Formats: sequence, structure tokens, C-alpha cells
Amino acid sequence: MKVHFRIRRFNPESDPRPYWAEYHIEADPFDRVLDGLHHIKWYIDGSLALRRSCAHGICGSDAMLINGRNRLACKVLIRDVGRRITVEPLRGLPVIKDLVVDMEPFFAQYRAVMPYLVNHDPPPDRERRQSPEERARFEDTTKCILCAACTTSCPIYWADGEYVGPAAIVNAHRFIFDSRDQAAAERLAILAQRSGVFRCRTVFNCTDTCPRGIQVTRAIQEVKRALLGAL
Amino acid sequence: MTEHTFDAVIVGAGGAGLRAAVELAGQRVAVVSKLYPPRSHTGTAQGGIGAALGNLEEDHPEWHTFDTVKGGDYLVDQDAAELMCEEAVETVYELEHWGLPFDRTPDGRIAQRRFGGHTRNFGEAPVRRACHAADRTGHMILQTLYQQCIKHDVRFFNEFQMLDLLVEEGTCRGIVACEISTGELHTFHARAVLLATGGFGRLFRVTSNAHALTGDGVAIAWRRGIPLMDMEFFQFHPTGLYRLGILLSEAARGEGAVLLNRHGERFMERYAPTLKDLAPRDMISRVMYQEIRAGNGIDGKDYLHLDFRHLGRKVLEEKLPDITEFVRTYLGIDPAEEPVPVVPTAHYAMGGIPTDNDGQVIVDERRTPVRGLYAAGECACVSVHGANRLGTNSLVDILVFGRRAGRHMAAYLRQAPLEPVLANPHSAAEAMLREWRARSEGEPPARIRDDLQTLMMDKVSVFRSGSGLAEAAEGLRALRERYGRARLDDRGRRFNQDLLEAVELGFLLDLAEATVAAALHRTESRGAHYREDYPRRDDAQWLKHILVYRGEGGRISFRYKPVVITRFPPKERTY
Repeated sequence: MKVHFRIRRFNPESDPRPYWAEYHIEADPFDRVLDGLHHIKWYIDGSLALRRSCAHGICGSDAMLINGRNRLACKVLIRDVGRRITVEPLRGLPVIKDLVVDMEPFFAQYRAVMPYLVNHDPPPDRERRQSPEERARFEDTTKCILCAACTTSCPIYWADGEYVGPAAIVNAHRFIFDSRDQAAAERLAILAQRSGVFRCRTVFNCTDTCPRGIQVTRAIQEVKRALLGAL
Repeated sequence: MTEHTFDAVIVGAGGAGLRAAVELAGQRVAVVSKLYPPRSHTGTAQGGIGAALGNLEEDHPEWHTFDTVKGGDYLVDQDAAELMCEEAVETVYELEHWGLPFDRTPDGRIAQRRFGGHTRNFGEAPVRRACHAADRTGHMILQTLYQQCIKHDVRFFNEFQMLDLLVEEGTCRGIVACEISTGELHTFHARAVLLATGGFGRLFRVTSNAHALTGDGVAIAWRRGIPLMDMEFFQFHPTGLYRLGILLSEAARGEGAVLLNRHGERFMERYAPTLKDLAPRDMISRVMYQEIRAGNGIDGKDYLHLDFRHLGRKVLEEKLPDITEFVRTYLGIDPAEEPVPVVPTAHYAMGGIPTDNDGQVIVDERRTPVRGLYAAGECACVSVHGANRLGTNSLVDILVFGRRAGRHMAAYLRQAPLEPVLANPHSAAEAMLREWRARSEGEPPARIRDDLQTLMMDKVSVFRSGSGLAEAAEGLRALRERYGRARLDDRGRRFNQDLLEAVELGFLLDLAEATVAAALHRTESRGAHYREDYPRRDDAQWLKHILVYRGEGGRISFRYKPVVITRFPPKERTY
């Protein structure tokens, strides 16, 4: 089938301002949007820049705005978005080139929530025990691939880049509710700050957009409740 | 050009690189990676990590060692396999202590499942050895290691692509890398360098490997005079999604899924009566090709079925959620209702940069090391996988040898002198980029890459022959000639992937050459290397590793490294 791509392009090195580039290609309905972008990049215009690696929705490289919604280009098929496909870089992060945005602010916010297990007790010779129920408590938030689709779909984040954003909260949640962790209070204190969890206005964009199906808004609400319980 | 000086530089931020980084945290260490660390390919590993914890049934590291040796068709260095299977146990506990969210048994221990080629009591029956977190075990390992690096404040240079390795007079002095966002070259002076750059599955048209897996570290080492070992052994995983090659974990069969041909026959029963669908990957991939050749493909076509239907939705959703989603997303079918079309997919390079058991890169059969140069993970060849890697053992390898390399580097740094800084260390890399940027006429490199991947798939995959390999060698010469005349569309500096992909294609061409040369040279069939013109294993002549060298003018030569045999003399390999 014939597919029409409109891609928001911008190379600050040479372009005075962003512009729309149009490409017509032949594609299979079962092709990924990424396959279409690759076709353009490899056979039509090699200067198109986009990140991608695993191409099956696990590495989190290729989150972008596709027909108005943040998605992984490798996890959405052309048959699911139709013959006219508009592709733009993620919003809320500076564009480096074309579909590539600067991820440093996003990762800085991730690092700020202590995204690692803290346990001051000497470890046993074998594993620390954890029941299947305790393990299930934080299952959903272990799935995060740090693609930034959630954070860059959040209107609060667009308005205020100081907000840590949904992805960072998801990763704090993953440890706050892990029975083996001992730093929940410190993480909750970080998330109680002005930049923290109470900026969330439960718009649900994050949950709608998460390519891993994480209940992001719910995780944020659970952190809020833990914080209210702790105060 | 920017210069940096560190004690140690780690290239690659997958499991091996990050595990070594944790070991070296506190020293002046930098991790240089062409991807952000959570994008590394370790994250796509699905089914589990093998370790004889014995949480669900009796198990022992010796059994794991035996399975590894037999799985590798006796080309495994048994001293290395022994220590890997021993240390697997403590590295898994260590990950758990760092927070890795393993699935749990009802009494709260790490859950384990069956996997291909892993057996109890030296081959009697499948054993539950693969420690898992649903079918996202690699994701959890990568996340956990990255989290530990953040905790220990490890310095990262993300999206910096290595272009050159600085080795002089038998000593490694550092690397040169391109900062992708600006196109600027950076020289990293270091007394110790660890290559942890992963594999090179992008040699083949159908592969489970990420686009990033172009073997950069392996090819650069080869260009710098370091031999490559076991390059003729490339693993095809039996169950890639039809057309796409996306991996469907062996955990599927560990949980009970079976392979079927067009007659609905569970054909593996005929070939491996004991382990059936859990026979090793080399054997199953070969059988699948045979079935397809015999006209037993589905509807007579070039694929077979992986049948999950009898497992039920609950098992699919709880134990195999990701692969269930892949099938739904990419093929539009529900594995609980319909069998899934699968084909073997290029998955894992057993070969790579030869190292000793501490990750030190060695340049000959006498184990002469390059001072200060280390390799670990898929880019390295210890060799613990021999002619065919067992499922789960790649994760064991990256952790055990990432850790061992990190520890040895730390000890090395305590006594290694500061090497003098080289003059213009970046000049070779700069010349290469300048030459590419000048090219505005010719065909796009992507066409050449397509043809390379097709050639390798047709002539150098599961079935090989002397005549086919000779044709591949001829084809590679033609591709190399075209490569010399290819063009770039993007000649700018900023995020110039057009340029870096062209450079990566050069790496792939080199690795194809090494693979084909070694495959032509080994006139026997062993593990993943099957020669139709030499269908038998020949221990008298070939129970040894091939080291392939590229010398002056690109001339290829070989040396041989004996296989270390400790406990398990070679036997016929049946399952």
C-alpha cells in the first residue's frame, strides 16, 4: 500500500527553523512505523535522524509523536495508524536533530529519585526471601523501559520542566513498594518537594501512552497516598 | 578534539560493561557507550539466567558445567566453564541483593524453570535451573546493574561511539570515540580498557539482534592486529517470529510450548527423544531447516509452528507476557488461540575477541596478553560456549566474566605504570571520517548492507558448504569494492547516523570476512557450524579453536589454540 509520511525535521546546524518533510513510500500494512522511517532514511534521505535499537519495543529508544500520540515507532504497525502518518519528536525536551531529542534532563530526573535498592542489613548467604505477594506489589512498575513517552506526554511537564515527571515517579514507586528496600522515607521526601508528585493533576496521558501498559497514574496515586500516610 | 584521562575505560553499557563498572566504581572509570545504557541489548534477554541454586529440585554446578560442555559440542574450555558455573550461583545472589526482582517460589526463593540443554545428573532429564523474572530477565538485569552504577556515581559518556583502539607495543593506551550529538572526536587515555561492545547479529538478514549490534569492538580489535577466535560458530535461535526474526524465548518451550510441522507432528521427538523441544539450539535450528527442506513447512512454506495453545491464558500472561504481546502486536494473532509461525533467527556470536579467564585479551595460543586490554560479554570469547551456547548462559557469561574482568582490572591498575600519551591518537579515526564526509556520489551504504545480510543468510547460516562459502568469500570481495564507492547523504557533524552507519557497515564487512574464512577453514561439523560437505565431527583434526588474524594488506592467517579438557572427555552428542 502507498503510505504518506509527514516528518517534522530540524537540523539546528543548517536549518533556520523546523519544517515538514513529506515522503511517499510503498509499505506493507504489517510493517512497523519504524520500517517506514528506515525506508526513508536508508533509500531516500540518509540525513534523517532518529534513535532506535532493538526494534521490538524493549530498549525504549524510539519513542516519538506519531499521529499526535507518543508511541514507540517499532511497536506500532502501519495498519494501526493508517496511510497518512505524521511523525514529530517528543515534546518538552530540546531537539538535537529531527526526531532526536536531548534525553539528559529526563535521565537527570530519573537519577534524582534514588532509583536503586537501599538495604543496610548485611545480605544473607543466599537470596533475601520475598513472597510472591510482596513481589507482585511492585510488578507493574518494574516494566518501565525509560522511553520517556509518559513524561513527554504530560502537560504539567510541558509547562514546568522542573517537575520530575511520571517516569521518575514510576521508578521511585518500584522501590518504595519493594519489601526489601529501606529508603522509602527518603524517596517520599524527595517526591514531597515542589517538583514532586503533587504536581500531578491526574490527566492520565501517561497511562494512555505507556507502551509497556504500566498503570502510571495509579502508581503516582499510590505514591501520593503513601506520602499522605507518612506525613 | 577533546582529551580525557581515566584509569579505566569501559566500552559498552550492557550487562558485561555495567557489571565491570560496578566492580571498578570508586576508581577513575568511564563507561563509553553508543547507546544510553538502558537501551543495551542485554535488556532484550527474556527467559532466564542459569545457576544451580537448586531451589526447586536438586542441582549442582558440575551438572551445569557438563551441560555447557556438551551443549558446546566439546569445544568449550572446561576450566572456564567450571568457574563460570560455580560463580553463576553467587552472581545471581548478588543481583538479588542489589534488588533484582526475580519471580519467587511460594516460600520466597528465586523461581527457576527448565531451559534447552540444561539437565540433571549429566543428561538424564530437564532440570529447573533458569532463574527468571517473567520473560523479562534481561531487562531486569540491565536495569539492576544500571541502578547500581547510578548508586555508585559511575561516570557515563552516553552516545559516544568508539572508532579506534589505541594499542602500541603490546600495551593498550585508550580509545578514540565520536560524540554522536556533535560529531566531535574524543580521545580517552586509560591504563586499562574493557571492550564490552556486544555481538554482531546484524551480519544476517533475519536476526533477533538490535540494529546497534554491528560488532564494533570486535572489528576494531581485529583491525588493530588482535586475532578473533571461534568465529565460524554463530548461533541461530530456533524460534524467531516469521519474517521479523524477533525472539520468542526458549522459556516458551521450557514452559511447555512445542514445535509442530505441517502435519501437526511434534517432530523434535524423532530427533531428540530425551529432551525433545528442549534440545540445544544448534540441533533444533538444523532440524527445522531439514523439515522445511523436506516439504514439512506450514503449507509447504519456509516456516514452522510454535504451539502454545495447551498452556492456557494464565501461563501465557503470567510467565510469558512479553512474548505473548510480541505475537499479538507483530503478527496480529493470539497465541492462546493459534499456533505461531516461527523460523530460526541469527542470535548469538560464540566467537569474538579471545580472552583468558580474567577477561585479559590474548593474542595467541600461548595466551600472550595485551597489557591493559580486556574484553567481556558477547564480543569476547573465553571460550565458555564452544561451538554452541546454551540458553541462559549468555547472561551467566556477562555477569561472571564482567565481574572477573573488573576485578582483574582493579588489581592491574594498582601496579600498571602511566603510559606516555601518544601524539595525534585520533588521526586514524579522523582520516576515516573525513574520507567518508567527502563522498557525495555513489550508492547508499544501506543497499550494500542489505546484500551483505542476504549473502550471509544464504551461504553462511545454518547449513554451509565449501562451495557456498567460497561463493560468499567472492561475494564479500565485490561488496567491499562497492563499499569503497558508496556515498553519504549527510555530511554534517550533528547526530550524523548516516556516517556512523557507514562506518558500522565497514565493521560488519570485516567480521563477515573473518567468519567466512574460519568457516571455510574448519572442514568438519560441530555445534552451530554445519558443513554439508563434512557432516561429521572430527575430533582428531579439529578439537581446537581457530584464531583468525588479519595481517599486512588484509592477508588472512590462522593459528590454533588447544581446547582445555578437565573432566569431560568428548563423547558423541545425543539428546
